[in-house]
Amino acid sequence: MNWKTFGAMLARDAHVARRNAIQLFLQTFLQPLLFVFVFGRVMVGSGYMPAMYKSLLLPGIIAISMVFTGIWAVAMPLISEFQFTREIEDRLLAPIGVRWIAIEKVIAGMLQALVAGLIVIPMAWLVLRPGVDISMHAPLTFVAVIVLVATFSACGGLALGCSINQQHIGLMFGMVITPMIFFGCTYYPWSALKTFPILQKVVLINPLVYASEGMRATLVPQSPHLSIIAVLVALLFFDALLLLVGLRQFEKKAVS
Amino acid sequence: MAVGVRTQDLRKVYQSSPPLGAAGGFIARGDAKGGKQPKAEVPALNGLSLEVFPGEIFGLLGPNGAGKSTTVGVLTTRVRPTSGQAWIGGHDVWKEQAQVKRLIGVVPQRPNLDFSLTAREILVFHAAYFGIASKVRNDRADALLEKFKLTERAHQMTRGFSGGMMQRLSIARAMMHDPEVLFLDEPSAGLDPQTRILLWEIIREYHQAGKTVLLTTHNMEEADALCQRLAIIDHGHGIALGTPAELKASIPGGYLLRLRFGNQSADLLQRLQALAGVREVRSLDSAAKGTAESSAQNATKSEQNHAGVDVYADRGGSLIPEIANLAAQTGAELSDVHISEPSLENLFLHHTGRSLRD
Repeated sequence: MNWKTFGAMLARDAHVARRNAIQLFLQTFLQPLLFVFVFGRVMVGSGYMPAMYKSLLLPGIIAISMVFTGIWAVAMPLISEFQFTREIEDRLLAPIGVRWIAIEKVIAGMLQALVAGLIVIPMAWLVLRPGVDISMHAPLTFVAVIVLVATFSACGGLALGCSINQQHIGLMFGMVITPMIFFGCTYYPWSALKTFPILQKVVLINPLVYASEGMRATLVPQSPHLSIIAVLVALLFFDALLLLVGLRQFEKKAVS
Repeated sequence: MAVGVRTQDLRKVYQSSPPLGAAGGFIARGDAKGGKQPKAEVPALNGLSLEVFPGEIFGLLGPNGAGKSTTVGVLTTRVRPTSGQAWIGGHDVWKEQAQVKRLIGVVPQRPNLDFSLTAREILVFHAAYFGIASKVRNDRADALLEKFKLTERAHQMTRGFSGGMMQRLSIARAMMHDPEVLFLDEPSAGLDPQTRILLWEIIREYHQAGKTVLLTTHNMEEADALCQRLAIIDHGHGIALGTPAELKASIPGGYLLRLRFGNQSADLLQRLQALAGVREVRSLDSAAKGTAESSAQNATKSEQNHAGVDVYADRGGSLIPEIANLAAQTGAELSDVHISEPSLENLFLHHTGRSLRD
């Protein structure tokens, strides 16, 4: 393991992220904030939604923002760098094992997802206020949840980015990302699916469910949520699975 | 201490279509349908053994698809050989990748610059990947930008660069960590003559600093001008090896006269063979049986009732009157004559029965 090389690659990703900060910012936060405004303010304010919906919505919005920042930050560059522009090659030729280049991408994606989470919490809170009732009763569990969510998003980005061709990006959004969001218990708690018992079981294969429910369990414990132990175990499982799949796919792409 | 390069019986069979020929630049295409379709095996290297001595400029010459880029891919850790071994200095390329990557610099066939960075940042970050100290890498980047006439564009993103500028920057990048062995895959493809000469100068200068250079080309002029030794490869194995002069001297006679007749007889071939100075006579029909493409060409030719004959001789133009006489005597109508002086092109033709440009 060559830490200098690893550090230089992280520095490169940080440099590029800084350069694209405004674009990243709009891309990451505009949609969730509009969503928060429409559903949290307009719908609640006009009486179509109960006031407590605000507190249910916020954890889901944090989960979406983090997960899609991480997936986007890792998958999109990999898709183009591996296929059309081949930009990744100067890093593949750096004096470090090929796996470490993938792990560097995961770390960079995790950091971006964490930053996204830390920015969206106060922003969404500002938009939703007053009436949103979040509390930090178990800070260590919260940290564990956001780190596992960030890891899941970055590993998911690695697995997707190394498995999808450039011409299938649209398909990825239609077939993977959209169902993941709508069946990810982001805009409603998992318990709300109890009138659809089969669907309620099926959505458990969606890792975003655990991200949203984990946020709910640690930020708005008074609302219904999955058990925090189940959330942590499931997130660990998905982190490990996606990392293994991602590394395998990365190596397949990197060496012919 | 200069570092050599060696391969031993290298074989590579691609399980799907081989990646686009860019060395250093081997990206397998994600083949989603691969599982359903029977996999086509494409042999790219077929037992290639090479030795590049420390501190020489070595050329791999061959037509497109000969296996040049795959060879560079294997030597630069980007292609996993099906069997055989490769070494850079004392390091096994496949087993000691990180050490090998420190020793090599790679200029790919197609530029693969980091589009998220400016020209100068590309150089500086590249050196940082190799652990080069901040001051050294900044100074070196400025010096290389100057040398490659890119100083004015140093702080621009490279997306809008012309092909020649991208190529120059790729070479500068490969030199940033001062590698012992520099690989250049088709370095002058697509360059204007002026830039090509600048490139040749830079390669020679780098070689004079005691470095080893391995380049691939299908340009005879380049191989002749630049390389101390050459391997000619075709269909994944070496067919000739030596200095350009040695290789050219190995062609019988040196001169090649490509003749075409309206019709020809066995008698004509024998009488051509008997002319003073003629070393070898080949009817194209027999010489080119090896390759499917050439056979197809021959079929077309015989349909038109034209026949080609290659004559290797130690004189050129002075043979023409005698050949014309012979043709008149045997009733063969001479329809085309082309004379070429000793060249690597002729050598390739001699060994494979087809032109490098085919």
